Amino acid sequence: MAVELKMPALSPTMEEGTLAKWLVKEGDVVKSGDILAEIETDKATMEFEAVDEGTVTSILVSEGTDNVKVGTVIALIAGEGEDTAAPAAKQAAAAPISAPAAVAAPAAPSPVPAMSAIKSDPAIPAGTQMVTMTLREALRDAMAEEMRREPNVFVMGEEVAEYQGAYKVTQGLLEEFGPARVIDTPITEYGFAGIGTGAAMGGLRPVIEFMTFNFAMQAIDHIVNSAAKTNYMSGGQMRCPIVFRGPNGAAARVGAQHSQNYAPWYASVPGLIVIAPYDAADAKGLLKAAIRCEDPVVFLENELLYGRSFDLPVIDDYVLPIGKARIMREGSDVTIVSYSIGVGMALEAAGILAGEGISAEVLDLRTIRPLDKAAVLQSLTKTNRLVVAEEGWPTCSVGSEILAICMEEGFDDLDAPVLRVTNEDVPMPYAANLEQLALVNPAKIAATCRKLF
Amino acid sequence: MKQIAASKTKDIILAKPPAKKKAVPTGSAIPALSGNSGPQNRERPEQPGSYRATLQEMLSFYREMLLIRRFEEKAGQLYGLGLIGGFCHLYIGQEAVAIGLQSALIPGKDSVITGYRDHGHMLAYGIDPNIIMAELTGRAAGISRGKGGSMHMFSTSHKFYGGHGIVGAQVSLGAGLAFKHKYAGDGGVCLAYFGDGASNQGQVYESFNMAELWKLPIIFVIENNQYAMGTSVNRASSEDQLYRRGESFRIPGIQVDGMDVLAVRGAAETALEWVRGGKGPILLEMKTYRYRGHSMSDPAKYRSRDEVQAMRENSDPIEQTKARLVEMGISEDEIKAIDKDIRAIVNEAADFAESSPEPDANELYTDILVEQY
Ligand SMILES: Cc1ncc(C[n+]2csc(CCOP(=O)(O)OP(=O)(O)O)c2C)c(N)n1
Ligand SMILES: [Mg+2]
Repeated sequence: MAVELKMPALSPTMEEGTLAKWLVKEGDVVKSGDILAEIETDKATMEFEAVDEGTVTSILVSEGTDNVKVGTVIALIAGEGEDTAAPAAKQAAAAPISAPAAVAAPAAPSPVPAMSAIKSDPAIPAGTQMVTMTLREALRDAMAEEMRREPNVFVMGEEVAEYQGAYKVTQGLLEEFGPARVIDTPITEYGFAGIGTGAAMGGLRPVIEFMTFNFAMQAIDHIVNSAAKTNYMSGGQMRCPIVFRGPNGAAARVGAQHSQNYAPWYASVPGLIVIAPYDAADAKGLLKAAIRCEDPVVFLENELLYGRSFDLPVIDDYVLPIGKARIMREGSDVTIVSYSIGVGMALEAAGILAGEGISAEVLDLRTIRPLDKAAVLQSLTKTNRLVVAEEGWPTCSVGSEILAICMEEGFDDLDAPVLRVTNEDVPMPYAANLEQLALVNPAKIAATCRKLF
Repeated sequence: MKQIAASKTKDIILAKPPAKKKAVPTGSAIPALSGNSGPQNRERPEQPGSYRATLQEMLSFYREMLLIRRFEEKAGQLYGLGLIGGFCHLYIGQEAVAIGLQSALIPGKDSVITGYRDHGHMLAYGIDPNIIMAELTGRAAGISRGKGGSMHMFSTSHKFYGGHGIVGAQVSLGAGLAFKHKYAGDGGVCLAYFGDGASNQGQVYESFNMAELWKLPIIFVIENNQYAMGTSVNRASSEDQLYRRGESFRIPGIQVDGMDVLAVRGAAETALEWVRGGKGPILLEMKTYRYRGHSMSDPAKYRSRDEVQAMRENSDPIEQTKARLVEMGISEDEIKAIDKDIRAIVNEAADFAESSPEPDANELYTDILVEQY
């Protein structure tokens, strides 16, 4: 049986090409590696090599032919001992490469209701003792507890070991776990994010600290392209249980290159979990959950919160559910949705508004992806007004996403437009007065809420 | 621009499944492995000598280094008073590097780029200390109108391109500035400074490769002050002799005593001759030391007091230069007069920076884009 030579696709986008030149003629004997023809694509001229051996029995498309569809039979080759008499030229129609799928994508399963039904914060029994600790300590304890529990957990990053963390979040870990598990890296974010991701693919459970998330931009390729897509691309075979953590958002007076909130960036990536806690209990419970999670997690902390003290329940192994928002303050007139440092500002704003007779509910998203839509919509059902407060830029923000959800799924509950209150849409200025103007604050949040009445 | 322009016009790509390719017998077609052809086979720059400064030059080296020292001490003070915020990285101890190198450049023709530890490099170019200090305090009169701060200062009229906060970024950007020099044929050379810590970033090596491949006119300067924040060089670098870091890209490297302004200037002469001669990039490793913490918030517990003290006492760049001036016949009184003069300049800069107004609130929205849309 003669071998059919088909017009090859020579680039991922090529659909047809020009058969520029034949370098063999009928009757020639060819072997693998011989160049048969030159083919022009939209991008380049490519050489078409023989893979099979035999005699060219017929050339079906002559040189100089334009618009030859990929898959068209252009020549026939007979193997050794086969009948080399040219068979009747059968202009085999190119088999369709792939039928354009006009099938609608199946509706994405909505995990929201199920999640809300199943997951909730562990009950804190009445009379549970509370301790006061800083967010920094809570994060450290979360890592330490998980490292005690699971020997495959290790911590890696710049200045995490001997220096005890640039912001002292890893204080004491080197002493307890030693240099094999608490590892100082050179300043090579792209490299160590990749090493962490590879180690996770290999079965370890890395906690990769970025000194700040501004520097994770050096490494974002591994977060988005390597870690987030592994499970999907491998059809569920290969996992990447890694945590990328560090401070995110504006600090104080550190200027344009060091003051950015990446929550919306990572939240747009399917395959990632994005967590941005506000208080110490959530930070601890969610970091522990993140380290146990089988999926890659971007865990966004905030430098300005590190030193703040909060009450934490004294409970063994305090692990919180990923993907659950939390009502921080009940209210009936307006819902303020926020996350991370914005929650503190929203609570202050709610205090201001209470003095004016406006009862504001404050909802802390805690997890940005997957987003607890049900909690947002439930609160909206109650208050019928909603404001999103966010320490970050307004354009394509988490706030934008919440607005879209309210329009799509909460429209009937709305008594007023949903509003965003964010930082100004500018790079962060250094000057003290300009920085204050650029940042969101409780007064701006309260003012935005007032507009709804 | 020959190397770049001569790229292939017609891409010939083999369209074959590689898996089916037969094993090629290793024969004469493969050139012999050159295991022992070391750098000796290539042309290398001469080992630089100590620069023979005239008295006038020596005096200005002293003045300029002292200006940086006093300016930085004052900045540290203002930080303590809350007049400067955020990150503030002082250049104290490293003065000879910027002065020795930049004194050899042609301002307005050659370009300079560095990281966030940039006050000294600005001062080395003779940029007005008042507007540098006013940038540190975030005032409208600052060189970035108060919007950049300590880490982000620029002076395009001096071809000083900043002022960058992301460790390593300035190396690629510097190669881009060198690309411009070559593209325009303007005869300029770029001087790109970066730290020992930065020398581990991947983009540094991507840039090294292209810079040598395209023979870009650039002097890569590693300011090896022995620490990247709290990490000493040997804790972060498998090859801790950083001047060798360009070798696998065929970029020659020279290690220089960065505490001796004459050694630095001597190296600058050699490097400039090499680069201006069209031989491509060169790498200078400046062995230097920062006396202060990494930034104002670093307690610097990773090294001993003795280590810092020994460096100050035995290798201080300003003291070395002072001793040379005395040898050259300058009197203590003349030196004192310079010191007094410098203090006056720095005090004035501080007064200016404290008393000039903050930017107008409208400035928040200016300079984001150049054009209106
Ligand atoms: C990409 C990136 N990672 C981390 C940091 C935080 N950081 C700022 S300076 C610094 C140390 C740099 O050391 P080195 O390159 O030796 O320069 P030096 O500060 O000693 O001048 C680090 C880790 C940063 N700014 N950018
Ligand atoms: Mg250094």
